[in-house]
Amino acid sequence: MHNMAFPNPFRTTSNSGDQSNENPSPYVPLLNSGRDPSRAPSKRRRPSRVVILLLAGMLAVALLVAVALNYKGNGESAANRLEKIVPAVARGVTEGVSAKSFVPLLGALKYYWTNKMLAWQRSAYHFQPKKNWMNGPVFYKGWYHFFYQYNPYGAVWGNIVWGHAVSMDLIHWRHLPIAMVPDQWYDINGVWTGSATILPDGQLVMLYTGSTNELVQVQNLAYPADPSDPLLTNWIKYSGNPVLVPPPGIHYKDFRDPTTAWLTPEGKWRFTIGSKVNKTGISLVYDTEDFKSYQLLDGVLHGVPRTGMWECVDFYPVSKVQENGLDTSDNGPGVKHVLKTSLDDDRNDYYALGTYDSSTAKWTPDNPIIDVGIGLRYDYGIFYASKTFYDQDKKRRVLWGWIKETDSENTDIQKGWSSLQAIPRTIRLDKETGSNLVLWPVEEVDKLRLKKKVFDKVEAKAGSVVPLDVGSATQLDIVVEFDLDKKALESINGTNTTYSCNANGGAAERGALGPFGLLVLTDNDQVEQTPIYFYISKDIQGNFSTFFCADHSRSSKAPDVDKAIYGSTVPVLKGEKLSMRVLVDHSIVESFGQGGRTCITSRIYPTTAVGDDARLFLFNNATDAGITASLQIWQMSSAYVQ
Amino acid sequence: MMLMFNLYGIPQEKDQNLIETTCRNTPNYQLCISTLSANPGSINTDVTGLGLIMVDAVKTKAKETSNAIKKLKGSQPELRNALSDCAGRYNAILEADVPEAVEALIKGDPKFAEDGMADSSLEAVVCEESFKQVTSPLTVLNNAVRDLSDVARAIIRILL
Repeated sequence: MHNMAFPNPFRTTSNSGDQSNENPSPYVPLLNSGRDPSRAPSKRRRPSRVVILLLAGMLAVALLVAVALNYKGNGESAANRLEKIVPAVARGVTEGVSAKSFVPLLGALKYYWTNKMLAWQRSAYHFQPKKNWMNGPVFYKGWYHFFYQYNPYGAVWGNIVWGHAVSMDLIHWRHLPIAMVPDQWYDINGVWTGSATILPDGQLVMLYTGSTNELVQVQNLAYPADPSDPLLTNWIKYSGNPVLVPPPGIHYKDFRDPTTAWLTPEGKWRFTIGSKVNKTGISLVYDTEDFKSYQLLDGVLHGVPRTGMWECVDFYPVSKVQENGLDTSDNGPGVKHVLKTSLDDDRNDYYALGTYDSSTAKWTPDNPIIDVGIGLRYDYGIFYASKTFYDQDKKRRVLWGWIKETDSENTDIQKGWSSLQAIPRTIRLDKETGSNLVLWPVEEVDKLRLKKKVFDKVEAKAGSVVPLDVGSATQLDIVVEFDLDKKALESINGTNTTYSCNANGGAAERGALGPFGLLVLTDNDQVEQTPIYFYISKDIQGNFSTFFCADHSRSSKAPDVDKAIYGSTVPVLKGEKLSMRVLVDHSIVESFGQGGRTCITSRIYPTTAVGDDARLFLFNNATDAGITASLQIWQMSSAYVQ
Repeated sequence: MMLMFNLYGIPQEKDQNLIETTCRNTPNYQLCISTLSANPGSINTDVTGLGLIMVDAVKTKAKETSNAIKKLKGSQPELRNALSDCAGRYNAILEADVPEAVEALIKGDPKFAEDGMADSSLEAVVCEESFKQVTSPLTVLNNAVRDLSDVARAIIRILL
């Protein structure tokens, strides 16, 4: 039986009534729903025209290699060296383009988008298929596999199938045929996000969410048709699908994105899946021995009130002592567990560090003030539906995020594509602070570096802009270290005003000790400019807080692109220099502060700062402090997807 | 509390409460109430259903605007550039934003519906702005599309 709690007979749910008040009855699928599985999906909404890319990252998957576990009780106390981390909250701007973000320029052009501008936006070394949401990155028989959610028919989310691409190095990708299409009654309305689990014998199983003919979200099992095919080209759906339907108390539209499974001390497989009850986001837990029949555990792995639906939940261990990543089943005293969710509500990916008790199947945050969904984020810019997997080949945990467009749909249709993937990032626990993760581009991206230019100890006095002559400024890898005027730091009076990247005035608002940083994708006259910067504030007691921000308010003259300012505080420990790394790739820029403690992904759509007219500057808009910067800047080659 | 009689006679208080509560969460209460009440399907449905009704209202108004643009192109050639830009934008609304919103609401992933209505509002505003130096012949229609999209978006927000 698929789900032990629901024997025959079959009946449907009712779907009337207010969603939030409903106490959903258990869903049981219709018998003989009349679907002929061999029949092609009957819905072809519109003829496929220009194929348009849309990326949505519902990233799910981890590669799991079963390892014998030595499970011991958890005796550790949470590390207590907490920085005062202020969770950044996007001020009223959802991740779409808000009408409020227009800054119509005086007497400006009315029709911005020339083909040249649009063609320039396409990235050179980011994964950019047609439409994609991420599904299940996994490493199998020497290849990295990327299964992504794809809409073959349009530039927006819809008609979801599983696209497929492979790579040997996470950077150079090769497209393969579509892996799965909605051709069964249990996924006819969408083959949505799934996760891969690798069993001890090397077998790979995929659990994925399907949207049924009655629009119910169910979980289905699929596996490679030919496990000896390293390219995993063809897939088989288990004849007994769905293996899971929404349990009692869970709405049939709030049950999606199962995680990779991990081993329990009893030797069963366990996974978690996000949902919500009223406005409380939760993650349910199931145990299984064969991935075909499951036991729903009591309670939840964890829940946080007022966070709404938890999508793309991810749950994995990180080592407190080692630098390498950990297999998803690892546990023990040297291990902390990360619980991550994508919040439907504000389109951001949140994580928290905590402790997992495998005997109760519960996870507890180290610091409830920055619990899941209300605290730290993987990335403070445009970054969603991300997922990690364990790369057992290089013993690292790799994170991938989906980066959408922040321009108008009209432009996306014009340019013929929409959204892409961030460069994969390794994830590990920050051993110095103990209270956050560090994310860093995978080392393979360094292979794209061409010639390097070094700028040693460039001075930028208070209120100055220094051009950096690097030639083309559209495909760059920039590493910078800053030295601050120590006298200024000490002598400046603290204030009790608060600062935040998105509530203050961006790079134009001058403080005593900031902002300073880089101007990327900036034209010669700095009319179009995107500052990526640090801002240091000092309080009355003389304590410093450092902010890492990206300011898009003047990134483009076009009125129909996102102009928000993103960022957050970044922990800086005594004796550390301020540093940032910035990957520039046409319309996507990924910025990493303090070794990846705080990350910001930006989408930038200039009208003049494109091609040869894009420049790079160092700037210092502080009023009272000079800075000295040392930079290494590489041109980056392209990594065309075949 | 406004009592409204639907086409079928006696108002259902629960339904009326839902419409009122929903509309109070939108930036334009009057527009929300009048649009929903004009559709008999607004009785005996849930918030998703109300969202679908509002998205349909956006679609209707966008179609009207799209037709107006076509007519104007012929009669006011000096506005050709702006009208071309607007035609593209309304194409995006009708071919991408509205279908996306409908599918997302039906399938239960409302954030994509919100994205669709956010973009729909944006396209209408930018179309209106493209008439900067001349008088726009589409102001009433553009504003209507914008306002309906904003209301639809607010209704969808409730589902998140």
